[in-house]
Amino acid sequence: MAKVQSLVSTKIGNLKTLSWNSKHFRHAGRNALIYIVFLFQSFVVIYPIFIMIISSFKSNLEIYKNPNGPPQNIYLQGYVKAFVRGTFLIYFRNSIFVTLCTIVIVLLVASLAAYALGRYKFRGNSTLYFFFLAGIIIPIRLGVLNLFEVVRALGLYNNLLALILIYSAMGVPMAMFILVPLIRQIPQDLVDAAEMDGCSGWGLFQHIVIPLIRPSLGTVAILTFLPAWNDFFFPLVFIKTNEMMTLPLGVATLFGQFSQDLNTAFSVLTIASLPPILFYLLASRQFIKGIMAGSLKG
Amino acid sequence: MHKKSFWFLLPYILPALLIYASFMALPLFFSLRLSLYNWNGIGPKIYVGFGNFVKLFTESYWNTQLWNVIVNNIKFFIYFNLFQNVPALILAWLIFLNLKGSVFFRNLFFIPVTMSIIMVGFVGTLLLNPIWGPFNNLMKAIGLDFMNRPWLGDPKTALVAIAIIGSWQYIGIPIVLFLSAMENIPDELIEAAHIDGATDLGVFRYILVPLLAPVFGIVVVLTFVGNFTGFEFVYAMEGPMAGPSYATDIFGTFFYRTAFGSTASPQVGLGAAIAVCMFIIISLMIFAWLRYNHWYQQKLGI
Repeated sequence: MAKVQSLVSTKIGNLKTLSWNSKHFRHAGRNALIYIVFLFQSFVVIYPIFIMIISSFKSNLEIYKNPNGPPQNIYLQGYVKAFVRGTFLIYFRNSIFVTLCTIVIVLLVASLAAYALGRYKFRGNSTLYFFFLAGIIIPIRLGVLNLFEVVRALGLYNNLLALILIYSAMGVPMAMFILVPLIRQIPQDLVDAAEMDGCSGWGLFQHIVIPLIRPSLGTVAILTFLPAWNDFFFPLVFIKTNEMMTLPLGVATLFGQFSQDLNTAFSVLTIASLPPILFYLLASRQFIKGIMAGSLKG
Repeated sequence: MHKKSFWFLLPYILPALLIYASFMALPLFFSLRLSLYNWNGIGPKIYVGFGNFVKLFTESYWNTQLWNVIVNNIKFFIYFNLFQNVPALILAWLIFLNLKGSVFFRNLFFIPVTMSIIMVGFVGTLLLNPIWGPFNNLMKAIGLDFMNRPWLGDPKTALVAIAIIGSWQYIGIPIVLFLSAMENIPDELIEAAHIDGATDLGVFRYILVPLLAPVFGIVVVLTFVGNFTGFEFVYAMEGPMAGPSYATDIFGTFFYRTAFGSTASPQVGLGAAIAVCMFIIISLMIFAWLRYNHWYQQKLGI
């Protein structure tokens, strides 16, 4: 009976199609339960980040005595030490440089290749496509042993370029996975119209394809950004001097130095964790869309 | 699609192909090939055929580590499915029910994914400190004293602790993957079920879960590959020696330690042999996943 009543009330209240969205009164108890689950998970998610941030503002003594409470006074010594003695800005600069270059290279290189693979039939098209896609699931880490030889042979040991090239290689498969189907979907009439106007090949690429895939380029940029910015493994293997370290490696080094100085350790971690979080909060829709792109095709 | 000559298209394809092949595909092949040599990274490479594999499987110093690592990785994988993938499915479903504010929660749950693994590991180390760690103090304060223990120092709990922290960080990804798959299910299907009297739970069990089979496969495979190659969590929280007493040793740390030499000189060939094992195990899983895809596609009549 209740079901019929609520059916009726939605139909009268809202003449659109039946909404199976359950916001009715009789669901109040269940809804409360769901919110409790959400709040619990929210607490779980926020707690470590919360502790990290408040501890960065507490003196070491306060961290020992009152680990879970808010700071009594804002204590900034940790941040001062991190920046002054921590060569933080260098790590930031290096990470920004590496990540930016990687994104530019991947966007350039992958859109060109995706155009060729998506638009034109030729022998080996499918094979090449699968070859690229395999890279999504292939564990590149295992290739580090030979990468070490390659990097050394190219004289790129302790050079950020090594990281840029490796991260670009890592970014290509996912970029192809997103861009090729997109380009394949470009309506033939559009292409025909352009070709009738004398546009073909490169012109087609420049004036038709690029504008159409622009939103997905943002997605690709984000998907390339995260692994490049946050990676620790390859800097660990290929970077030796302080001046060349990226943020994760730099933080690891500082953490080793400041492991007794908890306040500074937390300050270091807070500063280093904030940029991607802020970037994500500003572009959360794009981030989520990017990850979803991985499963929409699946 | 147009037919074009391969040579015309070569300049378009070449840059991507070159970078990908030189820095990802070929290095993988050659790295695995290194397993047939003895090499310390600097001196000459000495061909030993399957010598490294024999060593790995028969010398007790090596094969105890190897089997330990296999067992630990399997446990690790089970923990991740338990603490990350199953809760992710449930949370995704709850978000899918579209209560007010669901989008906010979805965005919130994703935040840890954006952090660097090594930093999450460090924060975890500080949080779980047995003496003054906030987590242990919190557990004491709310009366859950049995949860107040040296998580990372106890061989029995260290691996679980690390798995939970890993799940904490990455739960956002399966949530989003499940969510997007659920949103791809045609509304009419679910509406029809509701009209026929199905509860939300019923819809979950009989409609969502079966149709989520492909995504679940993807999630499980991605978790597996991540577990069997990952090493940052353990490195950050226990160091490359993966203490206590190798209780947290997984393939990633074993590989890194051997190939790059944390305590001894690097043994690249042996490390490569370990990498070959990793590669074979991962390939088996991928093969199983492909069979699984084939199976459910048949079952669903696709």
